[in-house]
Amino acid sequence: MTDTRRHLLAMDDVGADDIERILETAAGFEDVVERDVKKVPTLRGRTVVNLFYESSTRTSASFELAAKRLSADVVSVKAAGSSVDKGESLKDTISTLNAYRPNIIVIRHPQIGAAQLTARWSDAHVVNAGDGKHQHPTQCLLDLYTIRKRLGRLDGVKVAIVGDVLHSRVARSNIAGFQLMGLDVTLVGPPALIPPGIAEATGVRIAEDPAAIGDADVVYVLRMQHERMEPGQNHVPSLREYASVWGVTARRLRPGQVVMHPGPMNRGVEIAPDVADSSASLIGEQVEAGLVVRMAVLYDLMTRPGVGGVIDLHERTAERGAA
Amino acid sequence: MSTRVLLDADQIARTLARIGSEIVERHPDLAQVQLVGIRSRGVPLAERIRDRIRDTTGVELPVGAVDISFYRDDVGLRSGTDERIGEHPVVGETVLDASIEGAVIVLVDDVLYTGRTVRAAIDAVFDYGRPACIQLAVLADRGHRELPLRADFVGKNLPTQLTEHVRVRLAETDGVDEVVLIGAEA
Repeated sequence: MTDTRRHLLAMDDVGADDIERILETAAGFEDVVERDVKKVPTLRGRTVVNLFYESSTRTSASFELAAKRLSADVVSVKAAGSSVDKGESLKDTISTLNAYRPNIIVIRHPQIGAAQLTARWSDAHVVNAGDGKHQHPTQCLLDLYTIRKRLGRLDGVKVAIVGDVLHSRVARSNIAGFQLMGLDVTLVGPPALIPPGIAEATGVRIAEDPAAIGDADVVYVLRMQHERMEPGQNHVPSLREYASVWGVTARRLRPGQVVMHPGPMNRGVEIAPDVADSSASLIGEQVEAGLVVRMAVLYDLMTRPGVGGVIDLHERTAERGAA
Repeated sequence: MSTRVLLDADQIARTLARIGSEIVERHPDLAQVQLVGIRSRGVPLAERIRDRIRDTTGVELPVGAVDISFYRDDVGLRSGTDERIGEHPVVGETVLDASIEGAVIVLVDDVLYTGRTVRAAIDAVFDYGRPACIQLAVLADRGHRELPLRADFVGKNLPTQLTEHVRVRLAETDGVDEVVLIGAEA
């Protein structure tokens, strides 16, 4: 059994109190990243491995910077150019990296459950930085941080999550985390891109009308995930048609609404360029929040009561042997 | 568990007034002096010392706050949190509004014990600049140092056993002003 409290694998594993603590810790790091000396000695002598099997700009950069700002030693491994290119399995890669005794492994992988397996195969605390279309918990945390910073509250905030929910790990994490913190979530998009049964499973509302974003305080635009759409599966007739029906444009927003996007954007598809660059856009704030929130996540895993800190290797090995 | 009041509200008030006048005596040029409370209980203590100094001299010293969470020496230790530095509380903000470059920093805390908290606070202050000097004022010194540190201004020396706990309660944080000694057994 994987002790989910030792890791950050999915938003379903965390409680509202965990989220509160992480968001407050992140606020404490704001001061550190603003001041002259942008570094604290908190994780000095600890090791963080960033293992990325998928391309990423902001997640990998912010995790690396977050660990460095906490004075940890950081090893970043990208699948391209590593032994993964030579056909090394995930299990062999994890056990190789585990030999360097990392305290935390941050992993992004195209397969659902890769982070869970990493947690089973290594002795480190594991942070899921995105596994297939399953989960991306730190995105949810930084989105909550951004919303609270701008709107001053979370409870009762109305969020419309617009677009390709079907292929989105961000949507899965955000639905769970947003609901836990009392936000009111509506999914807006063409039926072909809304996972069947999600309303029954999670209690979110579904709107098949683009005008439904008018009710929301926060319009959360998802990226069209072309790379996860298999050829021949016609989820949408064409990107152009999608843009004209579902694209978030200035005309469709009312004053006072804010717009968020996890990035990277397809400008002119799910979001109009003028919206992305407008004062209603929190996209820049989301990127900034990513750094302090990821610092807070790394800090939290090392200090969490009962499970934080350095793991006893003998105990862990015995546990794995028994499993 | 036995509990004994070591200082009541009145004694705490007089002790802080005395620390205030000692700071004034030591630093006739108050313009360079800044009080910096160590979160959490050092902050209201620093504010009270500021008030006492203002009452007697008319000079209002700047008060800052330093949070040591990110400077603790027990983060991620196998043995867990060193409770003598305090539990890992919710992280608070470090506030040093005035430039500390060349300033006389007087750190203020409630109890001086192992010295590890003060060590962390000194490290934190240096990440904000290079003060002319750093001094330490504490309401109570209970001994059992693990680092070569001493306080410049001590409210009360309290000889204690390692098995005992010293609790400082303040109106601002705990609703009441008192310093109590909690014994290990009845």
